[in-house]
Amino acid sequence: MDRLNELWPEFWQAALETLYMTSFALVLGGILGLAVGVLLYVTRPGGLMPNRFVSGLINFAVNFFRPIPFVIFMAVAQPFARLVVGSGIGTTAGAFIIGLAAAFAIGRIVEQHLVSVSPGVIEAARAMGAGPWRILFTVAIPESLGPLILGYTFIVVALIDMTAMAGLIGGGGLGAFAQIYGFRQFEPLVMWAAIILIVVFVHLVQLLGTRLARKVMRR
Amino acid sequence: MPIVTLTNVSKTYPARAHGDREIVAVDDVTLSIDKGDVFGIIGYSGAGKSTLVRLINALEPATHGTITVDGVDITALKESELRPVRGGIGMIFQQFNLFSSRSVKANIAYPLKLAGWSKPDIEARVTELLSFVGLSDKAKAYPEQLSGGQKQRVGIARALATKPAILLADEATSALDPQTTHEVLDLLKRVNEEQGVTIVVITHEMDVIQTIATRVAVMENGRVIEQGDVFDVFSAPQNPASQRFVGTVVKGVPSPSELAVLRDRHTGRLVTLSFRDGDSSQAQVFLDLASAGLDFELVYGGINDIRGRAFGHLTLAIRGDRAAIDQALARIAERVEVTVIAGEEVR
Repeated sequence: MDRLNELWPEFWQAALETLYMTSFALVLGGILGLAVGVLLYVTRPGGLMPNRFVSGLINFAVNFFRPIPFVIFMAVAQPFARLVVGSGIGTTAGAFIIGLAAAFAIGRIVEQHLVSVSPGVIEAARAMGAGPWRILFTVAIPESLGPLILGYTFIVVALIDMTAMAGLIGGGGLGAFAQIYGFRQFEPLVMWAAIILIVVFVHLVQLLGTRLARKVMRR
Repeated sequence: MPIVTLTNVSKTYPARAHGDREIVAVDDVTLSIDKGDVFGIIGYSGAGKSTLVRLINALEPATHGTITVDGVDITALKESELRPVRGGIGMIFQQFNLFSSRSVKANIAYPLKLAGWSKPDIEARVTELLSFVGLSDKAKAYPEQLSGGQKQRVGIARALATKPAILLADEATSALDPQTTHEVLDLLKRVNEEQGVTIVVITHEMDVIQTIATRVAVMENGRVIEQGDVFDVFSAPQNPASQRFVGTVVKGVPSPSELAVLRDRHTGRLVTLSFRDGDSSQAQVFLDLASAGLDFELVYGGINDIRGRAFGHLTLAIRGDRAAIDQALARIAERVEVTVIAGEEVR
């Protein structure tokens, strides 16, 4: 308990870092992933704007990057992080790389939920004279909004998971805190403090996502 | 005045795999639909009727042939040019296809927003449509809260929002129970009669055709095998497939197995009389039989009414002197069609 009392400043610092990395990655990965998912959806064969080349290219990119284990991806993406956010180490670099890795996963989740919108509803919109972009933004996305919110909630939980590994490139966060001060210094109490806060984060996110999804879902 | 004409229209889909043959969904169809018609297209599933109706609003492009809608050859148009054409053709579906994320009101407003109507105009039009389909109290409800019949009424309101000249109904009542089916058909009838909308009805139920259609085309294997006035097709179907469809709603000539049962139960000569448009000839026929001193009974058949015109097939068992029966039938044959389906049998 004494050790934990000494470490409170570091603990809250780590909590802030986790929050920062998670939100940064969610915004970056969320936007990139939405774009990837939407492109996969509209260009797929039989889609709103079928395009074999674009569809094949994005599919290849997603299938290429997604299987790379995140610990390795972090190292691989470091030069790119240096180029974009100015540094290959630190919290922002970690957040950037997490967002990048998440974009591919989010892309697939977005695609899957869009694909599951009833083709009949899409056809009804076409029959009314709506064009492809119009259908995407006023039919496909609103119709799948509930599942999309649940999908994003799932991703936030995965992002928190990924932040725990960001310590590897000096990203900090609760994961690194639990490792350094808890695990390695044989202080189970310190480790559990970090774990409990992470669990609280995850539960809050899940609660919020489920509520929001229920609110927009009309089925 | 035809509002829709199809001339030698075909639709083929490429083969799914190597070695497969291409799929011919619609095969050389020529038909014209007049303004104000309720045009029924009937066929079993896979006959090509759903594809055919999607050619009319170009949801599917035709492979061959020309299609004109309101005088415009739509097969010559680009996708972007087709959108306004589609806006002028309403469509309703078997599964209703309402936007589940939008309220009833917003569903009906959607095509109006697409067409660029102003907010107050949309508001007024939606209110008008809701009262027309009898759902004024459901404006704020979501599709999940409605029954099947209510959903289809929303579908109809949405399809009619932009005041289209044509309404395509793709199996619009197939997911509904008989009672609700008739409510929806009555509504479609009102759409046709009060608003002058030409309706194309796709169905596999002859009952639907009998209730609302004025003209009908029978489809089989992608081809239209018979078309004409509903009364003509119902009272005298020419094609075996049409006869099967008509037989589902019209009690006509007994089938061989039914004939065997009748033969077992009744003595005398079994004769089917086919009436067209003639309640008066029917009375005369019975009078002729009675005055010839023949004993007869009605064993099978029915009288049908299509838009106020009656026709029917009645099977009689006639007993008496053979020569007297021959003579009476010869006289009757001047008024109605007579088919002897079984002679007297010595039992």
